[in-house]
Amino acid sequence: MSRTIPILMAILLVVLVAVASVSPSKFTPARTPDAAVRSFFEQVKSRNWSNAFSYVSPSSNTDQASLQRELGGKDGSLRTYSTLQEIQTKVLRESDVEALVRANLQWSTAVGASNSSRDVKVVKEDGSWKVFWPTEKQQNLPPQVIPVNYLRWDIIRRGPEEDWGAQNAEAPKVRIISMNAIERDNRTIVMGEIVNEDTVPGFISVGATLLGANNDTLGEESSFDKVSHVLLPKEVSPFRIDFPGVKLADVKNVRMTPNSLLVPASADPVIGVLNQRIEKDARGHSMLRGELINQSGQTVNIPHVLATYYDNAGKVIWVSDGYIDRALLPQTPVPFAVDLRDDQAGNVQSYRVTVNHYSLDKGGL
Amino acid sequence: MKVRIALTMLCVILLGALAFADLKAPKQATAGEGITITASDGGELLLYGPGGASKRKVSAGEVQIPGEDMRAAGHYLAVMGDSSADFYVVAAKPSTLNFLARPSRVPVSHPDAISGVAFVFDDFQNLVQKPAAVKFDLSVKNSAAAIRSVETKNGIAWTRMPSATKEGAAQFVASVPGGTPVRRVVQQVASDACDLHMKAQKTEKAIVVETDPIKDCSGNAVPDGTIVTFTEVTDKGRSTVDARIKRGTAKAELPLAASGTISVASGVVTGNELHIGGGQ
Repeated sequence: MSRTIPILMAILLVVLVAVASVSPSKFTPARTPDAAVRSFFEQVKSRNWSNAFSYVSPSSNTDQASLQRELGGKDGSLRTYSTLQEIQTKVLRESDVEALVRANLQWSTAVGASNSSRDVKVVKEDGSWKVFWPTEKQQNLPPQVIPVNYLRWDIIRRGPEEDWGAQNAEAPKVRIISMNAIERDNRTIVMGEIVNEDTVPGFISVGATLLGANNDTLGEESSFDKVSHVLLPKEVSPFRIDFPGVKLADVKNVRMTPNSLLVPASADPVIGVLNQRIEKDARGHSMLRGELINQSGQTVNIPHVLATYYDNAGKVIWVSDGYIDRALLPQTPVPFAVDLRDDQAGNVQSYRVTVNHYSLDKGGL
Repeated sequence: MKVRIALTMLCVILLGALAFADLKAPKQATAGEGITITASDGGELLLYGPGGASKRKVSAGEVQIPGEDMRAAGHYLAVMGDSSADFYVVAAKPSTLNFLARPSRVPVSHPDAISGVAFVFDDFQNLVQKPAAVKFDLSVKNSAAAIRSVETKNGIAWTRMPSATKEGAAQFVASVPGGTPVRRVVQQVASDACDLHMKAQKTEKAIVVETDPIKDCSGNAVPDGTIVTFTEVTDKGRSTVDARIKRGTAKAELPLAASGTISVASGVVTGNELHIGGGQ
């Protein structure tokens, strides 16, 4: 008896350790399409890829690594710096064997919140619901050398030993070529376009000060990330400056402050924006869609799309932007979509898309 | 009584002699050049000027003040005992310039685009306020120089000059007679593109568009790196490529399409338009 108790205690300890060390599988068969989608994204949220994959129907013809690359990000893309924050689902249609569920996802990213929506097909297999998730097959470029004739601007500035009259390399000349102010959602929005008129690149920013009836300052803001900060010679960028809580009727004057700095820059990469068109999304909202293609040989990790919309008089009536969560690999088209206000969509006669880029090896937008 | 009067007269004469034991200096002198001050008595001579003060023991008679004590132009005061003398030192002859040339970069063929301001100084860094002729000389390689002579006002001469029609590093030189010329470089760069023209060719994968050599209206090549935007509008939508000029031309690949239009622009300058379709 005196030996039995220690032996039993030892066995119990081993059993408890074994139970504790084996992580419990969180896979619980989904009884409804909605639960399948929710459970799938909950596993994505916790980056538990094996469990997430267990909710994927084998008919999707994909593998766990592909799923992880798509939802977890790769190539230093924005998705690799993102976390799924919130999941909302809505069953659009359902039959005994198949359903369509809309998943509205909110991602927390390095550049702020990002919302996306996807209609997920769900199928019933072996008594439980599983998501049909066909991973997009990306074309792999064959190994090759892409010759690039780099155009680069470097700067030699004046030294401290120069006399006070000695020249310095001056900042590039920039000019605001159009401007418009509107009021939307209880905010005054100043937008327009700026061009680098010079023959050297510049780092630009656009500031605006709203003045009231007595020349009092109603607000002072800058374009922040709704502008292409690095402008090459003759490059045109849209800008948008928001003044929350300011009524346009109170504004008597707008003082614009375009600033520029001479900076070293590279003319690469060249990003083409193909097949731009305005469409309605699944929710009926207007979107500007298209594809980006990196025509250079280096990877662009985080592309940032800026869209300018014009009315029939050529006036800028809206500027919207969006970060793309996939990296731009050389010569590989990547789809993009940016919001367009539904109340503006009817007035849009023309539009123009420009792309900012961030590359890990070079830095800077 | 007579003795008192005589003593009083003697005191007055002695005091008067003391009072008039003065210093005599020229009213004006030139910076860096010595002067002679006449002292009626020996003692300690103090010299105050805008650049500093000096003290020396002198004997009655002529006192030589060396030029190195009078390098700074301005008002000077010599003091010895109760007596003093003041004089003014003016700048010496012009010898150096401080030259501001703006801008450092300018498009060609722009009137009054380049400004030059010259401040004229002597050897001792005094601003020479006496009028002096400053020559401004702006030249680009293999072109005739533009020369202007401007007289200074209060030590400053300025001019405005047009940029040349040829691009290149313009040498902008300011000089005064007897002085060292000061050189600045004003980079004259090509202006906006002129007669922007492109051609297109269909390949198996894409439509390749390429401009002719891009030049401004004076025939200067628009610099490499300048953005040229190609836009293709088809029934599939709009495609744009912001190409960079490389070796004088800009080139891009646009999606294949059966019909549509392709246009080209650089900054605010637009070029020709091509229509795709009809077997082209």
